[in-house]
Amino acid sequence: MTIGLGHYLSVAAILFTLGIFGIFLNRKNVIIILMSIELILLAVNINLVAFSTHLGDITGQIFALLVLTVAAAEAAIGLAILVVFFRNRGTIAVEDINMMKG
Amino acid sequence: MNAVAVFFYLFACVLVASAFMVIASKNPVHSVLYLILAFVNAAGLFVMMGAEFLAMILIVVYVGAVAVLFLFVVMMLDVDFAELKQGVLQYLPIGMVIGGIFLAEILLVVGTWAIAPATKGAITAPIPAGVTNTEAIGLVLYTKYVYFFQISGLILLVAMIGAIVLTLRHKERVKRQSIADQVARTPAMAMKVVKVKTGQGLGSNEISSKDAGSAA
Repeated sequence: MTIGLGHYLSVAAILFTLGIFGIFLNRKNVIIILMSIELILLAVNINLVAFSTHLGDITGQIFALLVLTVAAAEAAIGLAILVVFFRNRGTIAVEDINMMKG
Repeated sequence: MNAVAVFFYLFACVLVASAFMVIASKNPVHSVLYLILAFVNAAGLFVMMGAEFLAMILIVVYVGAVAVLFLFVVMMLDVDFAELKQGVLQYLPIGMVIGGIFLAEILLVVGTWAIAPATKGAITAPIPAGVTNTEAIGLVLYTKYVYFFQISGLILLVAMIGAIVLTLRHKERVKRQSIADQVARTPAMAMKVVKVKTGQGLGSNEISSKDAGSAA
């Protein structure tokens, strides 16, 4: 049997669903939520690269590179906010993050 | 079953299993380590698809930087993660429902997709034959998509400055360098010529005023 585009898209779909599922499952732990977002972005990257190599268009890989950049920046900023929040409040439980609620 | 299929199923199964362990494991440190395993296996899938450059970048950026950052933060924060794990079963049904709907919808699309014939004509940057993957990316990234490339660099710069500004703390009672004071310092402020009479030495007034002059 040959491994085609559909196989890679299935893997990406399962990975994306696991990311969504992780956000629901760990609603209190913001670190796991950030990791789930990384999993979702990885699924997006697998999709982009699969279509890029299947269609013979290099643009998909360029976009995967840009997604990678944004994901790295997002992780850095998110974790920095997390560290500052922990310094001020002493907790990172998501339900305690309600200071801006009116 | 040929070697390609064997390696695909190896990478795919380990990828999905470790992604599941990321969201299911009790200890966040284990979650980060499973995340690293997931990224390494995704890099293996990228190599199989023929995107070697992105595979190596994935390992360098994610395993080398992002995952270590996660590990650093998880170990630095003194949080009772067992307490955060409470109530997982409460969210399990809704998560199952939403995840099941998502997976069913996506698999419906994946099972019945077809590529439109016009897509072949709409390819903007075909992969040139006879060059490596890295060279093929470089040929378009630095010419056609150079603005995107520079914007992504700006995004990284903003993220770096933002993270530094957010986490930098100025401690009290720590002497800091004042560039303006150093540049504004003149010889008149720094030195004082004292005529000392023979056999009398420096008086205490002279010494104290000299110290005050050099400290200013």
